[in-house]
Amino acid sequence: MSDQMNMENKIVQENLTDAQPAGASAPQPEEAGKELLRIEDLHVIYKTDEALVKAVNGLNLSVRTGETLALVGETGAGKTTTALSIMRLLPQRTGSIPSGKVIFEGEDIRNVSDQRMRQIRGKDISMIFQDPMSSLNPVLTIEDQISEPLLFHNSSMKKSDALERARELLEMVGISRERSREYPHQFSGGMKQRIIIAIALACEPKLMLADEPTTALDVTIQAQVLKLMKDLQDKMHMAMIMITHDLGIVAQTCDKVAIMYAGKIIESGTVEDIFNGEKHHPYTTGLFGSIPEIRKKTRRLHPIDGLMPDPSCLPEGCAFHPRCPYAQERCRQTMPEPVVNDTHVVLCHLFSDKENETEGKK
Amino acid sequence: MTAPLIETKDLVKYFDTPRGPLHAVDHVNISIRKGETLGVVGESGCGKSTMGRTILKLLPATSGEVYFHGENILLYNKQQTYGLREKMQIIFQDPHASLNPRMTVSEIIAEPLLVNRRAKSKDELEERVFQLMETVGLAERFVNTYPHELDGGRRQRIGIARALALGPEFIVCDEPVSALDVSIQAQILNLMMDLQEAEGYTYMFITHDLSVVKHISNEIAVMYLGQCVEQAPSDELFENPLHPYTQALLNAIPIPSLRPEDRLHDVIKGEVSDPIAPKPGCRFANRCPFAKPECTGEVIPLKEVSEGHFISCRLHS
Repeated sequence: MSDQMNMENKIVQENLTDAQPAGASAPQPEEAGKELLRIEDLHVIYKTDEALVKAVNGLNLSVRTGETLALVGETGAGKTTTALSIMRLLPQRTGSIPSGKVIFEGEDIRNVSDQRMRQIRGKDISMIFQDPMSSLNPVLTIEDQISEPLLFHNSSMKKSDALERARELLEMVGISRERSREYPHQFSGGMKQRIIIAIALACEPKLMLADEPTTALDVTIQAQVLKLMKDLQDKMHMAMIMITHDLGIVAQTCDKVAIMYAGKIIESGTVEDIFNGEKHHPYTTGLFGSIPEIRKKTRRLHPIDGLMPDPSCLPEGCAFHPRCPYAQERCRQTMPEPVVNDTHVVLCHLFSDKENETEGKK
Repeated sequence: MTAPLIETKDLVKYFDTPRGPLHAVDHVNISIRKGETLGVVGESGCGKSTMGRTILKLLPATSGEVYFHGENILLYNKQQTYGLREKMQIIFQDPHASLNPRMTVSEIIAEPLLVNRRAKSKDELEERVFQLMETVGLAERFVNTYPHELDGGRRQRIGIARALALGPEFIVCDEPVSALDVSIQAQILNLMMDLQEAEGYTYMFITHDLSVVKHISNEIAVMYLGQCVEQAPSDELFENPLHPYTQALLNAIPIPSLRPEDRLHDVIKGEVSDPIAPKPGCRFANRCPFAKPECTGEVIPLKEVSEGHFISCRLHS
């Protein structure tokens, strides 16, 4: 436990020393965290025999220490691909990054050696996958699986110390240490996801990528896991990218939101900008209109017409225009420039000049 | 008040396991009136799908009675049961696994019509298939495609068209939108509600998503470990949840709003206990923050606390 405390102190100190220069130039001085990850104009493609799939098309985002960014979007929006590019885990034969930068603590992940990448993975950045059932090794005990990253990243660590630390981590995620020698199939879905969280946290990463961590879980268990993740994040002062399609989870756990559509972030801002602000991208408005509200009686939902575009032949101009109720001629031709309003950024022609501003409504 | 279309009396379904009987559905009494929707909510393993399938006789019941139009269908012979299939249908959760990958869209939709000899000629069959596709919003150009070529929402529309083919009265919807994205989910929910309005279908809507169930249901039954713990009209249940489990479920939903009163709070501890040989008494007692000694020991019957609002809990008896 003392290791962890030292680590925490170290991170806090780093923040204190870095906070001043960053705070002086940053637009929001209340955010003391320094920039941990910055993605600039990222493009990711998958090449298959039949088609060239453009999964991510010019994505920009940044994450500061200690904050949680929600990456929201539907199936095929490119959320998981973005996470895999950060981890450099894109399928080697088909996936590639033709352009863009993924800068983690000053290092461009695209250019580091495989050996260096193995050091970063699991130690500085770790990832929680969606399906807890298939991301554990069925033939290893859970204490072996939790201690594996510890032993890999600390060559001086003794096996017995690593196992002891694994048991501490288990207790931290709410599983009794007596069960540390059991195998994954002996645990329920919620507990498996806790074990995965324990593995991901073992080396106290600076950044955690959580890819739909609770989608496979029941609501009461989801609430437990979300609370656990939030508590541990606060304790370790870790940054997190929460990939989800559930706007409820976003409102309850995140600080910033980036909404993805067809491989691009079409709207981003703080949670207040997205949930309480005005002037939203029509896709965001559609997403909100699609969820049945639990507090109000709505007789009819207002879904977005049509389907996600095929990423192997994206429409010209704004990729959302075929489904957009406000689409104009220029939406079909040119991609809109970002419209920045303090922390709130929207990529939509509706807001790119004054006369159109009144048309966009939530 | 009209007589219920579907009613169960002490419906029981146990599965034999090496460790003893698994209590999947344990003395459940529900009733659904014609043209209405009963939402069944609960977490995985609470027996909601098993209940749906037992009512449809897709699984044999261990004991109990299921009434359809006032007749106990569990006493029906094989011949009578086949006749029942035309009137009772099911829409499955996974639109990929529930469609035969080697059949085209038109073959899948035409199959129930062929089996029941509903079409006199090939043309009539084709016309009926196109009609059904139009009803569920599938464009004609998909008629000869295979399920794998379509996205989840369109696949689910095929499943719905197949269920509607014979003009059923009662449809069990087993998590029909859980595998879909929110915007597609909303399209399918609207479709199902429009169909109900137009044709008067009666639904039993099984889901784990409380906001979906609130949206679509007239009545809601909350299940926990094979038992129905609370049943009430939809609005009443959400405004005035009485069972501690229902309250816990409602509190656990992350609400897309930043208001302080919508924050996630009071997260319930523990997990669902073993459905094999459960202890007598309230099955939620081991997780319940209000549990008292008298909660265990004997069966707690469902009690009507206000009109149409039933609950099985010692706190309210």
